[in-house]
Amino acid sequence: MRFVMKKKYYEDIRLFKYRSTFFWYLALVTGCLTIPIALDDYFISILTFICIYAVGALGLMLLAGFTGQVSMGHAAFFAIGSYTAAIITTKGGPLLLAIPAAGILAGLMGIIIGLPVLRLSGLYLSIATIALAFIVEEILVRWESLTRGNLGIYVESPSIGPLEFSSGISLYYLSFVVLIIVILLAKNILRSPTGRAMIAIRDSEVAAQAMGISLPKFKTTAFAISAFFTGIAGALYTYKISFINPESFTLLLSIEFLAMIIIGGLGSVHGAIFGAIFFVVLPNAIILTKDYLPKFVRDQTGLEAALFGLMIILFILFEPMGLYGRWLKIKYYFETFPLYKKDTFKREKSYQKVERQ
Amino acid sequence: MSFFEAKNISIRFGGIRALELVNFDVKKGEVFSIIGPNGAGKTTIFNCINRYYDLDEGAFIFNEKDISRVRPHVVANLGIARTFQNIELFRRMTVVDNLLLGRHRRRRSNLFAEALFTGFVRKQEIENREKAEDIIDFLDLQAYRDQIIENLPYGVQKTVEIGRALAMEPELLLLDEPSSGMTLEETEELSFWITDIKEELGITILMVEHNMKFIKEISDRTMAMSFGEVITQGTTAEVLEHPEVLKAYLGEEDAFTEN
Ligand SMILES: Nc1ncnc2c1ncn2[C@@H]1O[C@H](COP(=O)(O)OP(=O)(O)OP(=O)(O)O)[C@@H](O)[C@H]1O
Ligand SMILES: [Mg+2]
Repeated sequence: MRFVMKKKYYEDIRLFKYRSTFFWYLALVTGCLTIPIALDDYFISILTFICIYAVGALGLMLLAGFTGQVSMGHAAFFAIGSYTAAIITTKGGPLLLAIPAAGILAGLMGIIIGLPVLRLSGLYLSIATIALAFIVEEILVRWESLTRGNLGIYVESPSIGPLEFSSGISLYYLSFVVLIIVILLAKNILRSPTGRAMIAIRDSEVAAQAMGISLPKFKTTAFAISAFFTGIAGALYTYKISFINPESFTLLLSIEFLAMIIIGGLGSVHGAIFGAIFFVVLPNAIILTKDYLPKFVRDQTGLEAALFGLMIILFILFEPMGLYGRWLKIKYYFETFPLYKKDTFKREKSYQKVERQ
Repeated sequence: MSFFEAKNISIRFGGIRALELVNFDVKKGEVFSIIGPNGAGKTTIFNCINRYYDLDEGAFIFNEKDISRVRPHVVANLGIARTFQNIELFRRMTVVDNLLLGRHRRRRSNLFAEALFTGFVRKQEIENREKAEDIIDFLDLQAYRDQIIENLPYGVQKTVEIGRALAMEPELLLLDEPSSGMTLEETEELSFWITDIKEELGITILMVEHNMKFIKEISDRTMAMSFGEVITQGTTAEVLEHPEVLKAYLGEEDAFTEN
């Protein structure tokens, strides 16, 4: 264990507490930029989807994990981002306009919808957001002049000037860079007054108000930031699969995003990334290992969905802090190796259990 | 014109008259205490000031402004900080983070600057931390600085809650039973701090308390209540000897013998 001495206050607000942490992340980013060159299209595609879903999951994480407002309608913002990007690109608009526009439009919808909806809390909020997702889905089907309804929209590869994102790897780099930018924005917000206010609202609305935090203002802000990120993820998704129609954005997608952040670990940025990795890798792992499974298991339909559901239940029961919590424990074990005590995290866990009753 | 004033405030919960035409005023720079048996309506006064409940009648005047119709967070932003009878800290955050939340009303940055963590935001954060560090020193919380609230002993949590209120740099501080659940030693320390808060920081204090010895030590003026009504108010010594007050506490004599 390292002990941090308080010499300068600035040390507290740095993104990386220790120099070594910074180098680990630098190594990770370098790895993510160089290794894919040697990979085939299949793996690059997996990595791209991880980046895209991580951006969206991070959006939902800010709202559900950090502000405590569980939205079951995030597919709506993902869809708004997707369609905005698709429409701008098919009309010849540049990529550097399409991606921010997708985020901003989704964010604005977040504000418009957030204002009335955020007066509700808990289960009522969740149900209202589901309703919102249905409405958006319905609009996408009906507003044919803009969205082509059920026919969907084909999108050619986007480009920035002469730089065309046609190959798998270029699109991967685009998604990866967007993910990094989004992570940095989220981290900055979280170490600023807005982020603290969001977490305060999650932990105690009464106390938050006594600190001068306006609940409607900061809940709406959280909704807008969350929708903004998710909209950007939607834009990337459009370019990745190059064909979208309303069926890509059902209630199932909203639930998948929720599953990602629960499995990854609520209330941490890492959790959103881990959740996205898990979500993309699991089905692929199932496909790859299918041949080795006994025949009666292999032939079951809905194997992936069932496994996914099972994982969520297991995580909620045994590891409420998600994959990130598990990772912290493993890291702590090695850092303190000979001294590790079995019950170090016990208290935390029992608290989490009580809280859910 | 007084600094803080409750004018004919009344509130009812169903059939219960929790407050009935209560009047009192707090002068700038004093410690004003409210005493009364359980259920007298003391906490309800605080909750009305904070706008968690709507008054049925009457008004609170603070710095010549009627604050009885504003939204809850505005009360804090006008300079009224408080602690809660049952501790309302952010339980999963560290002591420092709780104190930093007290700084919220001093926020001058906007979301976009924060997302980019501009130089201005950085400077503001450093200022906030300096302030938090001052409070940690003031209340002797160094040992708990980076600990999660829920792992701390009750008395320390109560102290952190006072610290969080001080981080707001309020003009008026509402303390709901600050000494309850504290050890003798902690109560002693608390009475020094409250005197310091009043004298060094110049913060006016409105306090609900049960510990009579403690009130005698630090309270300038006191108001006694029972069943939502004021029995008497005046200097602390006068009020504590008032026969009606003694009667209201009948069967609770230990309140006076408590040390
Ligand atoms: N939200 C509420 N709904 C209904 N009744 C309430 C509510 N809040 C308070 N009361 C009632 O109002 C009365 C005054 O309660 P209050 O909490 O103000 O008492 P108190 O003087 O702070 O007592 P204590 O010394 O026990 O803290 C009590 O009868 C209580 O039951
Ligand atoms: Mg009370």
